Amino acid sequence: MNGHTTELVIFTLLFLVVSGMGFVAARWRRPKDIESLHEWGLGGRNFGSWITWFLVGGDLYTAYTFVAVPALVFGAGALGFYALPYTVVVYPLVFLVLARMWSVSHVHGFVTPADFVRARFGSPTLALVIALTGLVATMPYIALQLVGIEAVLKAMGITGHLPIIIAFAILAAYTYQSGLRAPALIAFVKDTLIYIVILAAVIYIPAKLGGWGSIFDAAKAKFDATPAPADGITLTAANQLQYVTLALGSALALFLYPHSLTGVLASKNRGVIKRNMAALPAYSFLLGLIALLGFMAIAAGTKPVGTDTNTIIPRLFDQMFPDWFTGVAYAAVGIGALVPAAIMSIAAANLFTRNIYREYLNKQATDAQEAKVSKLVSLVVKVGAVLCILLLDPQFSIDLQLIGGVIILQTLPAVALGLYTRWFHRGGLIAGWAAGLAAGMWMLYLIPNPAKGKAHFGGSAFALKNLGLDTPMTVYAGFLALAVNLVVAVLATLAFRAAKVAEGEDATSREDYFADEGDPKVKDLDLSAAH
Amino acid sequence: MTTREPGQTRSDRSPWNWLLVLPIVLPLLTFLFNADEPRLLGFPLFYWLQIAFIAVGVACTTIVYRMTR
Repeated sequence: MNGHTTELVIFTLLFLVVSGMGFVAARWRRPKDIESLHEWGLGGRNFGSWITWFLVGGDLYTAYTFVAVPALVFGAGALGFYALPYTVVVYPLVFLVLARMWSVSHVHGFVTPADFVRARFGSPTLALVIALTGLVATMPYIALQLVGIEAVLKAMGITGHLPIIIAFAILAAYTYQSGLRAPALIAFVKDTLIYIVILAAVIYIPAKLGGWGSIFDAAKAKFDATPAPADGITLTAANQLQYVTLALGSALALFLYPHSLTGVLASKNRGVIKRNMAALPAYSFLLGLIALLGFMAIAAGTKPVGTDTNTIIPRLFDQMFPDWFTGVAYAAVGIGALVPAAIMSIAAANLFTRNIYREYLNKQATDAQEAKVSKLVSLVVKVGAVLCILLLDPQFSIDLQLIGGVIILQTLPAVALGLYTRWFHRGGLIAGWAAGLAAGMWMLYLIPNPAKGKAHFGGSAFALKNLGLDTPMTVYAGFLALAVNLVVAVLATLAFRAAKVAEGEDATSREDYFADEGDPKVKDLDLSAAH
Repeated sequence: MTTREPGQTRSDRSPWNWLLVLPIVLPLLTFLFNADEPRLLGFPLFYWLQIAFIAVGVACTTIVYRMTR
Protein backbone atom coordinates (compact mmCIF):
# COMPACT_ATOMS: atom_id res chain seq x y z
CA MET A 1 0.00 0.00 0.00
CA ASN A 2 1.87 3.04 -1.40
CA GLY A 3 5.08 2.64 0.58
CA HIS A 4 3.45 2.75 4.01
CA THR A 5 3.12 -1.02 4.50
CA THR A 6 5.58 -1.33 7.39
CA GLU A 7 3.98 1.61 9.20
CA LEU A 8 0.54 0.17 8.68
CA VAL A 9 1.46 -3.30 9.94
CA ILE A 10 3.04 -1.94 13.14
CA PHE A 11 0.17 0.46 13.70
CA THR A 12 -2.42 -2.31 13.30
CA LEU A 13 -0.51 -4.75 15.51
CA LEU A 14 -0.17 -2.30 18.40
CA PHE A 15 -3.77 -1.24 18.00
CA LEU A 16 -4.92 -4.87 18.27
CA VAL A 17 -2.75 -5.48 21.35
CA VAL A 18 -4.31 -2.60 23.28
CA SER A 19 -7.78 -3.59 22.13
CA GLY A 20 -7.15 -7.01 23.67
CA MET A 21 -6.00 -5.31 26.85
CA GLY A 22 -9.21 -3.30 26.89
CA PHE A 23 -11.29 -6.46 27.07
CA VAL A 24 -9.03 -8.17 29.61
CA ALA A 25 -9.21 -5.05 31.82
CA ALA A 26 -12.61 -6.19 33.14
CA ARG A 27 -10.72 -8.85 35.13
CA TRP A 28 -8.03 -6.47 36.39
CA ARG A 29 -8.44 -5.64 40.11
CA ARG A 30 -11.66 -7.51 39.73
CA PRO A 31 -14.57 -6.53 41.92
CA LYS A 32 -17.21 -8.97 43.14
CA ASP A 33 -19.75 -7.07 41.10
CA ILE A 34 -18.99 -4.53 38.38
CA GLU A 35 -22.65 -3.52 38.06
CA SER A 36 -22.50 -0.15 39.82
CA LEU A 37 -21.21 3.25 38.79
CA HIS A 38 -18.55 3.17 41.49
CA GLU A 39 -17.11 0.09 39.81
CA TRP A 40 -17.87 0.51 36.10
CA GLY A 41 -17.66 4.30 36.06
CA LEU A 42 -14.89 4.90 38.60
CA GLY A 43 -12.90 1.66 38.56
CA GLY A 44 -13.69 0.86 42.20
CA ARG A 45 -12.55 4.32 43.43
CA ASN A 46 -9.36 2.65 44.51
CA PHE A 47 -6.54 3.64 42.15
CA GLY A 48 -3.14 4.37 43.68
CA SER A 49 -0.57 7.00 42.68
CA TRP A 50 0.89 5.22 39.66
CA ILE A 51 -2.35 4.19 38.02
CA THR A 52 -3.78 7.66 38.63
CA TRP A 53 -0.71 9.28 37.10
CA PHE A 54 -1.01 7.24 33.91
CA LEU A 55 -4.80 7.53 33.82
CA VAL A 56 -5.08 11.28 34.40
CA GLY A 57 -2.03 12.01 32.25
CA GLY A 58 -3.42 9.84 29.48
CA ASP A 59 -6.75 11.60 29.84
CA LEU A 60 -5.66 15.25 29.89
CA TYR A 61 -2.96 15.08 27.24
CA THR A 62 -5.04 13.75 24.38
CA ALA A 63 -4.12 12.66 20.87
CA TYR A 64 -5.71 15.83 19.59
CA THR A 65 -3.41 17.88 21.81
CA PHE A 66 -0.40 16.05 20.42
CA VAL A 67 -1.51 16.81 16.88
CA ALA A 68 -3.08 20.26 17.24
CA VAL A 69 -0.60 22.02 19.55
CA PRO A 70 2.43 21.56 17.27
CA ALA A 71 0.18 22.38 14.29
CA LEU A 72 -0.64 25.68 16.00
CA VAL A 73 3.04 26.36 16.71
CA PHE A 74 3.79 25.50 13.08
CA GLY A 75 1.24 28.06 11.93
CA ALA A 76 1.39 30.84 14.53
CA GLY A 77 4.64 30.35 16.45
CA ALA A 78 5.00 31.48 20.07
CA LEU A 79 1.25 31.81 20.73
CA GLY A 80 0.86 28.03 20.30
CA PHE A 81 3.29 27.52 23.18
CA TYR A 82 0.55 28.70 25.58
CA ALA A 83 -0.05 25.00 26.22
CA LEU A 84 3.08 24.95 28.38
CA PRO A 85 2.28 27.73 30.89
CA TYR A 86 -1.30 26.40 30.87
CA THR A 87 -0.17 23.01 32.13
CA VAL A 88 2.33 24.50 34.59
CA VAL A 89 -0.24 26.79 36.18
CA VAL A 90 -3.03 24.23 36.42
CA TYR A 91 -1.61 21.86 39.07
CA PRO A 92 -0.76 24.32 41.85
CA LEU A 93 -4.06 26.02 41.02
CA VAL A 94 -6.19 22.92 41.68
CA PHE A 95 -3.95 21.31 44.33
CA LEU A 96 -6.25 22.13 47.24
CA VAL A 97 -9.47 22.29 45.24
CA LEU A 98 -9.30 18.71 43.98
CA ALA A 99 -8.49 17.32 47.43
CA ARG A 100 -11.67 18.95 48.73
CA MET A 101 -13.65 17.61 45.78
CA TRP A 102 -12.32 14.11 46.45
CA SER A 103 -13.28 14.23 50.13
CA VAL A 104 -16.79 15.53 49.75
CA SER A 105 -17.42 13.15 46.84
CA HIS A 106 -16.28 10.14 48.81
CA VAL A 107 -18.29 11.01 51.89
CA HIS A 108 -21.46 11.43 49.83
CA GLY A 109 -20.82 8.97 46.98
CA PHE A 110 -20.81 11.64 44.26
CA VAL A 111 -19.86 10.45 40.77
CA THR A 112 -20.15 13.70 38.78
CA PRO A 113 -19.56 17.42 39.49
CA ALA A 114 -23.31 17.96 39.08
CA ASP A 115 -23.92 15.48 41.93
CA PHE A 116 -21.88 17.76 44.17
CA VAL A 117 -23.70 20.91 43.05
CA ARG A 118 -27.07 19.28 43.67
CA ALA A 119 -26.19 18.40 47.25
CA ARG A 120 -24.35 21.63 48.01
CA PHE A 121 -26.99 24.04 46.75
CA GLY A 122 -30.06 21.81 47.07
CA SER A 123 -31.04 22.57 43.52
CA PRO A 124 -31.84 19.89 40.92
CA THR A 125 -32.20 22.65 38.33
CA LEU A 126 -28.71 24.01 38.92
CA ALA A 127 -27.40 20.43 38.82
CA LEU A 128 -29.16 19.86 35.49
CA VAL A 129 -27.62 23.03 34.10
CA ILE A 130 -24.16 21.89 35.18
CA ALA A 131 -24.72 18.38 33.78
CA LEU A 132 -25.95 19.65 30.41
CA THR A 133 -23.03 22.08 30.17
CA GLY A 134 -20.66 19.19 30.85
CA LEU A 135 -22.33 17.01 28.22
CA VAL A 136 -22.26 19.71 25.55
CA ALA A 137 -18.61 20.52 26.27
CA THR A 138 -17.51 16.87 26.28
CA MET A 139 -19.23 15.60 23.12
CA PRO A 140 -17.15 17.55 20.57
CA TYR A 141 -14.04 16.70 22.55
CA ILE A 142 -14.71 13.02 21.91
CA ALA A 143 -15.25 13.73 18.21
CA LEU A 144 -11.91 15.53 18.13
CA GLN A 145 -10.10 12.38 19.25
CA LEU A 146 -11.26 10.92 15.94
CA VAL A 147 -9.68 13.87 14.17
CA GLY A 148 -6.40 12.82 15.81
CA ILE A 149 -6.68 9.26 14.52
CA GLU A 150 -7.72 10.51 11.10
CA ALA A 151 -4.63 12.73 10.83
CA VAL A 152 -2.45 9.65 11.31
CA LEU A 153 -4.43 7.54 8.87
CA LYS A 154 -4.29 10.28 6.26
CA ALA A 155 -0.51 10.45 6.60
CA MET A 156 -0.43 6.70 5.88
CA GLY A 157 -2.40 7.36 2.71
CA ILE A 158 -5.63 5.83 4.04
CA THR A 159 -8.78 7.69 3.17
CA GLY A 160 -12.40 6.85 3.79
CA HIS A 161 -14.18 6.47 7.09
CA LEU A 162 -14.33 2.69 7.51
CA PRO A 163 -11.12 2.38 9.61
CA ILE A 164 -12.38 5.05 12.01
CA ILE A 165 -15.71 3.27 12.38
CA ILE A 166 -13.99 -0.04 13.12
CA ALA A 167 -11.63 1.57 15.64
CA PHE A 168 -14.49 3.22 17.48
CA ALA A 169 -16.63 0.07 17.42
CA ILE A 170 -13.82 -1.83 19.17
CA LEU A 171 -13.38 1.01 21.64
CA ALA A 172 -17.11 1.10 22.34
CA ALA A 173 -17.22 -2.65 22.94
CA TYR A 174 -14.45 -2.80 25.53
CA THR A 175 -15.52 0.37 27.29
CA TYR A 176 -18.99 -1.17 27.59
CA GLN A 177 -17.54 -4.29 29.12
CA SER A 178 -14.71 -2.98 31.31
CA GLY A 179 -15.66 0.61 32.14
CA LEU A 180 -12.92 2.86 33.53
CA ARG A 181 -10.60 -0.11 34.04
CA ALA A 182 -10.06 -0.30 30.26
CA PRO A 183 -8.56 3.17 29.71
CA ALA A 184 -6.67 2.86 33.01
CA LEU A 185 -4.89 -0.27 31.78
CA ILE A 186 -4.38 0.99 28.20
CA ALA A 187 -2.98 4.29 29.50
CA PHE A 188 0.18 2.44 30.58
CA VAL A 189 0.88 1.44 26.96
CA LYS A 190 -0.23 4.74 25.50
CA ASP A 191 1.89 6.93 27.72
CA THR A 192 4.96 4.69 27.50
CA LEU A 193 4.79 4.79 23.69
CA ILE A 194 4.32 8.57 23.67
CA TYR A 195 7.30 9.14 25.99
CA ILE A 196 9.53 6.90 23.85
CA VAL A 197 8.46 8.53 20.59
CA ILE A 198 8.79 12.12 21.77
CA LEU A 199 12.11 11.64 23.55
CA ALA A 200 13.45 9.95 20.42
CA ALA A 201 12.05 12.78 18.28
CA VAL A 202 13.64 15.60 20.28
CA ILE A 203 17.05 13.94 20.25
CA TYR A 204 17.09 12.47 16.74
CA ILE A 205 15.35 15.16 14.67
CA PRO A 206 17.37 18.21 15.87
CA ALA A 207 20.55 16.22 15.26
CA LYS A 208 19.46 15.74 11.65
CA LEU A 209 18.44 19.39 11.27
CA GLY A 210 21.66 20.92 12.56
CA GLY A 211 20.72 21.54 16.20
CA TRP A 212 18.08 23.51 18.10
CA GLY A 213 19.64 26.87 17.25
CA SER A 214 19.14 26.41 13.54
CA ILE A 215 15.60 25.08 14.06
CA PHE A 216 14.58 28.28 15.87
CA ASP A 217 16.42 30.41 13.30
CA ALA A 218 14.54 28.71 10.45
CA ALA A 219 11.23 29.32 12.24
CA LYS A 220 12.13 32.97 12.84
CA ALA A 221 13.03 33.43 9.19
CA LYS A 222 9.69 31.94 8.11
CA PHE A 223 7.61 34.13 10.43
CA ASP A 224 9.60 37.26 9.52
CA ALA A 225 8.79 36.61 5.87
CA THR A 226 5.02 36.31 6.38
CA PRO A 227 2.83 39.42 6.29
CA ALA A 228 0.90 38.39 9.44
CA PRO A 229 2.03 40.67 12.30
CA ALA A 230 0.98 38.36 15.17
CA ASP A 231 3.21 35.38 14.39
CA GLY A 232 6.85 34.93 15.38
CA ILE A 233 9.01 32.96 17.79
CA THR A 234 8.22 35.46 20.56
CA LEU A 235 4.96 37.23 21.43
CA THR A 236 3.96 40.62 20.07
CA ALA A 237 2.39 43.54 21.91
CA ALA A 238 -0.99 42.50 20.51
CA ASN A 239 -1.11 38.88 21.65
CA GLN A 240 0.61 38.89 25.06
CA LEU A 241 -2.65 39.38 26.93
CA GLN A 242 -4.25 36.66 24.80
CA TYR A 243 -1.37 34.32 25.69
CA VAL A 244 -1.74 34.92 29.42
CA THR A 245 -5.54 34.80 29.56
CA LEU A 246 -5.67 31.74 27.31
CA ALA A 247 -3.19 29.90 29.53
CA LEU A 248 -4.95 30.88 32.76
CA GLY A 249 -8.47 30.42 31.34
CA SER A 250 -7.61 26.96 30.00
CA ALA A 251 -6.07 26.04 33.35
CA LEU A 252 -9.22 27.10 35.20
CA ALA A 253 -11.36 25.11 32.74
CA LEU A 254 -9.36 21.87 32.69
CA PHE A 255 -10.62 20.24 35.86
CA LEU A 256 -14.16 21.47 35.33
CA TYR A 257 -14.45 19.02 32.44
CA PRO A 258 -16.32 16.03 33.81
CA HIS A 259 -13.81 13.59 32.36
CA SER A 260 -10.89 15.16 34.25
CA LEU A 261 -12.76 14.73 37.52
CA THR A 262 -13.50 11.10 36.69
CA GLY A 263 -9.81 10.23 36.97
CA VAL A 264 -9.48 12.24 40.18
CA LEU A 265 -12.49 10.63 41.88
CA ALA A 266 -11.21 7.16 40.95
CA SER A 267 -8.13 7.63 43.15
CA LYS A 268 -8.07 6.07 46.58
CA ASN A 269 -7.14 8.98 48.88
CA ARG A 270 -6.18 12.65 49.09
CA GLY A 271 -2.47 11.84 49.16
CA VAL A 272 -2.72 10.18 45.73
CA ILE A 273 -4.18 13.39 44.28
CA LYS A 274 -1.62 15.68 45.88
CA ARG A 275 1.30 13.49 44.84
CA ASN A 276 -0.07 13.53 41.30
CA MET A 277 -0.28 17.31 41.25
CA ALA A 278 3.49 17.26 41.82
CA ALA A 279 4.14 14.44 39.32
CA LEU A 280 1.81 15.27 36.43
CA PRO A 281 4.00 18.19 35.20
CA ALA A 282 6.23 15.48 33.70
CA TYR A 283 3.59 15.45 30.97
CA SER A 284 3.83 19.23 30.68
CA PHE A 285 7.52 18.85 29.91
CA LEU A 286 6.57 16.35 27.23
CA LEU A 287 3.91 18.68 25.85
CA GLY A 288 6.44 21.53 25.65
CA LEU A 289 8.72 19.31 23.59
CA ILE A 290 5.81 18.21 21.42
CA ALA A 291 4.88 21.83 20.74
CA LEU A 292 8.41 22.41 19.46
CA LEU A 293 7.90 19.69 16.86
CA GLY A 294 6.01 22.43 15.00
CA PHE A 295 9.25 24.39 14.61
CA MET A 296 11.10 21.24 13.56
CA ALA A 297 8.52 20.79 10.79
CA ILE A 298 9.26 24.35 9.60
CA ALA A 299 13.01 23.72 9.61
CA ALA A 300 12.56 20.41 7.80
CA GLY A 301 10.31 21.98 5.16
CA THR A 302 7.47 19.55 5.94
CA LYS A 303 4.29 20.01 3.94
CA PRO A 304 0.87 18.93 5.30
CA VAL A 305 -1.48 16.56 3.43
CA GLY A 306 -3.62 18.94 1.39
CA THR A 307 -4.55 21.90 3.59
CA ASP A 308 -4.98 19.88 6.78
CA THR A 309 -2.28 21.29 9.09
CA ASN A 310 -3.16 18.61 11.66
CA THR A 311 -1.23 16.16 9.49
CA ILE A 312 1.98 18.16 9.87
CA ILE A 313 3.42 16.12 12.74
CA PRO A 314 2.55 12.71 11.26
CA ARG A 315 4.20 13.93 8.04
CA LEU A 316 7.28 15.08 9.93
CA PHE A 317 7.63 11.63 11.54
CA ASP A 318 7.22 9.99 8.14
CA GLN A 319 9.90 12.22 6.67
CA MET A 320 12.40 11.82 9.51
CA PHE A 321 12.05 8.35 11.06
CA PRO A 322 12.66 4.89 9.60
CA ASP A 323 9.36 3.24 8.61
CA TRP A 324 9.09 0.91 11.60
CA PHE A 325 9.52 3.72 14.10
CA THR A 326 7.04 5.90 12.21
CA GLY A 327 4.60 3.02 12.71
CA VAL A 328 5.25 3.11 16.46
CA ALA A 329 4.79 6.89 16.51
CA TYR A 330 1.50 6.65 14.61
CA ALA A 331 0.29 3.94 16.97
CA ALA A 332 1.16 6.20 19.92
CA VAL A 333 -1.10 8.92 18.53
CA GLY A 334 -3.85 6.46 17.54
CA ILE A 335 -3.87 4.73 20.94
CA GLY A 336 -3.51 8.16 22.50
CA ALA A 337 -6.95 8.92 21.14
CA LEU A 338 -8.57 5.85 22.68
CA VAL A 339 -7.79 6.55 26.33
CA PRO A 340 -9.39 10.01 26.53
CA ALA A 341 -12.24 9.00 24.22
CA ALA A 342 -13.10 6.14 26.59
CA ILE A 343 -12.88 8.29 29.75
CA MET A 344 -14.87 11.12 28.18
CA SER A 345 -17.65 8.81 27.07
CA ILE A 346 -17.79 7.27 30.56
CA ALA A 347 -17.94 10.73 32.14
CA ALA A 348 -20.69 11.85 29.76
CA ALA A 349 -22.63 8.64 30.41
CA ASN A 350 -22.33 9.12 34.18
CA LEU A 351 -23.66 12.67 33.89
CA PHE A 352 -26.69 11.47 31.98
CA THR A 353 -27.33 8.61 34.37
CA ARG A 354 -26.90 10.47 37.64
CA ASN A 355 -28.27 13.88 36.80
CA ILE A 356 -30.95 13.19 34.20
CA TYR A 357 -32.00 9.53 34.37
CA ARG A 358 -31.94 9.21 38.15
CA GLU A 359 -33.15 12.73 38.79
CA TYR A 360 -36.04 12.83 36.33
CA LEU A 361 -36.75 9.39 34.88
CA ASN A 362 -36.28 6.80 37.61
CA LYS A 363 -35.81 8.17 41.10
CA GLN A 364 -35.55 4.72 42.67
CA ALA A 365 -32.81 3.49 40.30
CA THR A 366 -30.69 0.70 41.78
CA ASP A 367 -26.90 0.55 41.38
CA ALA A 368 -27.29 -2.14 38.72
CA GLN A 369 -29.81 -0.05 36.77
CA GLU A 370 -27.51 2.97 36.90
CA ALA A 371 -24.58 0.93 35.59
CA LYS A 372 -26.77 -0.50 32.81
CA VAL A 373 -27.94 2.94 31.70
CA SER A 374 -24.42 4.35 31.80
CA LYS A 375 -23.05 1.50 29.69
CA LEU A 376 -25.73 2.02 27.05
CA VAL A 377 -25.30 5.79 27.05
CA SER A 378 -21.53 5.38 26.61
CA LEU A 379 -22.34 3.54 23.36
CA VAL A 380 -24.76 6.24 22.24
CA VAL A 381 -22.17 8.94 22.94
CA LYS A 382 -19.58 7.19 20.78
CA VAL A 383 -22.02 6.67 17.92
CA GLY A 384 -22.79 10.37 18.19
CA ALA A 385 -19.11 11.26 18.01
CA VAL A 386 -18.61 9.11 14.90
CA LEU A 387 -21.67 10.65 13.26
CA CYS A 388 -20.29 14.11 14.05
CA ILE A 389 -17.19 13.29 12.04
CA LEU A 390 -18.99 11.44 9.24
CA LEU A 391 -21.85 13.84 8.64
CA LEU A 392 -20.37 17.19 9.60
CA ASP A 393 -17.26 19.00 8.56
CA PRO A 394 -14.48 18.08 11.08
CA GLN A 395 -13.92 21.83 11.35
CA PHE A 396 -17.31 21.93 13.08
CA SER A 397 -16.01 19.70 15.89
CA ILE A 398 -12.98 21.94 16.27
CA ASP A 399 -15.22 25.00 16.54
CA LEU A 400 -17.48 23.22 19.01
CA GLN A 401 -14.52 22.24 21.16
CA LEU A 402 -13.41 25.85 21.21
CA ILE A 403 -16.89 26.85 22.35
CA GLY A 404 -16.81 23.94 24.80
CA GLY A 405 -13.85 25.44 26.65
CA VAL A 406 -15.67 28.74 27.00
CA ILE A 407 -18.91 27.20 28.25
CA ILE A 408 -17.36 24.72 30.70
CA LEU A 409 -15.67 27.70 32.37
CA GLN A 410 -19.14 28.99 33.24
CA THR A 411 -19.57 26.12 35.72
CA LEU A 412 -16.64 27.42 37.79
CA PRO A 413 -18.63 29.48 40.32
CA ALA A 414 -20.92 26.57 41.21
CA VAL A 415 -18.42 23.70 41.07
CA ALA A 416 -15.07 25.18 42.15
CA LEU A 417 -16.08 28.18 44.26
CA GLY A 418 -18.85 26.01 45.68
CA LEU A 419 -16.17 23.88 47.33
CA TYR A 420 -15.08 26.94 49.30
CA THR A 421 -18.19 28.96 49.93
CA ARG A 422 -21.91 28.54 50.21
CA TRP A 423 -22.39 32.30 49.88
CA PHE A 424 -23.84 32.22 46.36
CA HIS A 425 -27.59 31.78 45.98
CA ARG A 426 -28.61 28.93 43.68
CA GLY A 427 -30.62 31.38 41.58
CA GLY A 428 -27.64 33.71 41.38
CA LEU A 429 -25.44 30.89 40.10
CA ILE A 430 -27.96 30.04 37.37
CA ALA A 431 -28.21 33.71 36.39
CA GLY A 432 -24.41 34.06 36.29
CA TRP A 433 -24.10 30.91 34.21
CA ALA A 434 -26.67 32.17 31.69
CA ALA A 435 -25.05 35.60 31.45
CA GLY A 436 -21.55 34.14 31.07
CA LEU A 437 -22.78 31.77 28.40
CA ALA A 438 -24.50 34.55 26.45
CA ALA A 439 -21.48 36.83 26.70
CA GLY A 440 -19.16 34.00 25.63
CA MET A 441 -21.29 33.13 22.60
CA TRP A 442 -21.53 36.76 21.57
CA MET A 443 -17.77 37.21 21.72
CA LEU A 444 -17.01 33.99 19.85
CA TYR A 445 -19.53 35.02 17.20
CA LEU A 446 -17.62 38.26 16.65
CA ILE A 447 -14.24 36.57 16.14
CA PRO A 448 -13.36 36.11 12.46
CA ASN A 449 -10.65 33.91 11.01
CA PRO A 450 -9.45 35.46 7.76
CA ALA A 451 -7.00 32.60 7.13
CA LYS A 452 -9.89 30.12 6.96
CA GLY A 453 -12.25 32.60 5.30
CA LYS A 454 -14.67 32.58 8.23
CA ALA A 455 -16.55 35.59 9.55
CA HIS A 456 -17.66 34.04 12.88
CA PHE A 457 -16.44 31.49 15.47
CA GLY A 458 -12.96 31.78 13.98
CA GLY A 459 -11.00 31.44 17.23
CA SER A 460 -10.91 32.42 20.88
CA ALA A 461 -8.96 35.70 20.64
CA PHE A 462 -11.47 38.47 21.26
CA ALA A 463 -10.31 41.90 20.03
CA LEU A 464 -10.72 44.54 22.73
CA LYS A 465 -11.53 47.11 20.06
CA ASN A 466 -14.97 45.44 19.87
CA LEU A 467 -15.60 46.95 23.28
CA GLY A 468 -14.61 50.37 22.03
CA LEU A 469 -11.09 50.26 23.45
CA ASP A 470 -8.43 51.80 21.28
CA THR A 471 -5.94 48.95 21.33
CA PRO A 472 -4.83 46.09 19.06
CA MET A 473 -4.82 43.69 22.04
CA THR A 474 -6.86 40.52 22.14
CA VAL A 475 -8.02 38.51 25.14
CA TYR A 476 -9.32 34.96 25.64
CA ALA A 477 -13.10 35.10 25.23
CA GLY A 478 -13.72 32.52 27.96
CA PHE A 479 -11.90 34.67 30.48
CA LEU A 480 -14.09 37.72 29.84
CA ALA A 481 -17.21 35.55 29.85
CA LEU A 482 -16.24 34.18 33.27
CA ALA A 483 -15.82 37.73 34.57
CA VAL A 484 -19.35 38.56 33.38
CA ASN A 485 -20.60 35.35 35.00
CA LEU A 486 -19.06 36.21 38.38
CA VAL A 487 -20.35 39.77 38.42
CA VAL A 488 -23.89 38.67 37.55
CA ALA A 489 -23.76 35.80 40.06
CA VAL A 490 -22.81 38.20 42.85
CA LEU A 491 -25.43 40.82 41.95
CA ALA A 492 -28.18 38.24 41.45
CA THR A 493 -27.30 36.56 44.75
CA LEU A 494 -27.73 39.89 46.54
CA ALA A 495 -31.01 40.47 44.70
CA PHE A 496 -32.43 37.01 45.48
CA ARG A 497 -31.44 37.37 49.10
CA ALA A 498 -33.04 40.83 49.34
CA ALA A 499 -36.22 39.36 47.82
CA LYS A 500 -36.01 36.50 50.35
CA VAL A 501 -36.19 33.78 47.70
CA ALA A 502 -35.75 30.39 49.39
CA GLU A 503 -32.19 29.07 49.66
CA GLY A 504 -31.61 25.42 48.88
CA GLU A 505 -30.54 23.10 51.66
CA ASP A 506 -26.84 22.25 51.96
CA ALA A 507 -26.48 18.48 52.44
CA THR A 508 -22.74 18.73 53.08
CA SER A 509 -21.01 19.80 56.27
CA ARG A 510 -17.64 21.45 56.81
CA GLU A 511 -15.69 18.37 57.87
CA ASP A 512 -16.81 16.50 54.72
CA TYR A 513 -14.33 18.59 52.72
CA PHE A 514 -11.33 17.27 54.61
CA ALA A 515 -12.28 13.63 55.10
CA ASP A 516 -9.78 11.02 53.99
CA GLU A 517 -9.48 7.29 53.38
CA GLY A 518 -10.02 5.36 56.60
CA ASP A 519 -12.38 7.91 58.15
CA PRO A 520 -15.64 6.41 59.39
CA LYS A 521 -17.66 8.71 57.11
CA VAL A 522 -15.78 7.74 53.97
CA LYS A 523 -17.54 4.72 52.56
CA ASP A 524 -15.20 1.91 51.67
CA LEU A 525 -16.73 1.17 48.33
CA ASP A 526 -14.64 -1.72 47.18
CA LEU A 527 -14.15 -4.21 49.97
CA SER A 528 -13.82 -7.10 47.59
CA ALA A 529 -11.08 -5.82 45.29
CA ALA A 530 -7.59 -7.22 45.53
CA HIS A 531 -5.29 -4.58 46.96
CA MET B 1 -3.44 9.69 56.99
CA THR B 2 -2.67 11.65 60.08
CA THR B 3 -4.76 10.62 63.03
CA ARG B 4 -5.77 13.65 65.00
CA GLU B 5 -7.03 14.25 68.48
CA PRO B 6 -10.80 13.95 68.62
CA GLY B 7 -12.43 17.33 68.81
CA GLN B 8 -9.73 19.03 66.77
CA THR B 9 -11.34 20.37 63.63
CA ARG B 10 -9.62 19.48 60.42
CA SER B 11 -8.66 22.02 57.84
CA ASP B 12 -6.46 22.41 54.78
CA ARG B 13 -5.16 25.78 55.94
CA SER B 14 -1.42 26.23 56.16
CA PRO B 15 1.01 29.08 55.57
CA TRP B 16 2.86 26.71 53.25
CA ASN B 17 -0.05 26.96 50.77
CA TRP B 18 1.14 30.45 49.83
CA LEU B 19 4.03 28.77 48.06
CA LEU B 20 1.52 27.56 45.44
CA VAL B 21 1.03 31.14 44.28
CA LEU B 22 4.55 31.31 42.86
CA PRO B 23 4.14 28.73 40.03
CA ILE B 24 0.70 30.15 39.23
CA VAL B 25 1.91 33.71 38.79
CA LEU B 26 5.42 33.23 37.39
CA PRO B 27 4.41 31.65 34.03
CA LEU B 28 1.90 34.45 33.42
CA LEU B 29 4.44 37.30 33.61
CA THR B 30 5.32 37.54 29.92
CA PHE B 31 7.79 40.39 30.43
CA LEU B 32 10.08 37.91 32.20
CA PHE B 33 10.52 35.65 29.21
CA ASN B 34 9.26 37.30 26.04
CA ALA B 35 12.65 37.62 24.33
CA ASP B 36 14.89 35.66 21.99
CA GLU B 37 18.18 36.34 23.81
CA PRO B 38 19.91 34.99 25.82
CA ARG B 39 19.76 31.58 24.24
CA LEU B 40 20.50 28.36 26.08
CA LEU B 41 21.62 25.34 24.00
CA GLY B 42 20.07 27.07 21.01
CA PHE B 43 16.72 27.63 22.78
CA PRO B 44 15.49 31.25 22.86
CA LEU B 45 14.79 32.61 26.35
CA PHE B 46 11.05 32.39 25.67
CA TYR B 47 11.25 28.61 25.46
CA TRP B 48 13.92 27.57 27.94
CA LEU B 49 12.71 29.78 30.75
CA GLN B 50 9.11 28.60 30.44
CA ILE B 51 10.30 24.99 30.41
CA ALA B 52 12.32 25.82 33.55
CA PHE B 53 9.10 27.02 35.22
CA ILE B 54 7.94 23.40 35.19
CA ALA B 55 10.68 22.65 37.73
CA VAL B 56 9.49 25.56 39.89
CA GLY B 57 5.95 24.14 39.77
CA VAL B 58 7.10 20.65 40.73
CA ALA B 59 9.31 21.96 43.56
CA CYS B 60 6.55 24.13 45.06
CA THR B 61 3.80 21.50 44.93
CA THR B 62 6.17 18.87 46.34
CA ILE B 63 7.21 21.11 49.23
CA VAL B 64 3.60 22.03 50.04
CA TYR B 65 2.56 18.37 49.92
CA ARG B 66 5.39 17.27 52.22
CA MET B 67 4.98 20.08 54.72
CA THR B 68 1.20 19.79 55.04
CA ARG B 69 0.46 16.07 55.07
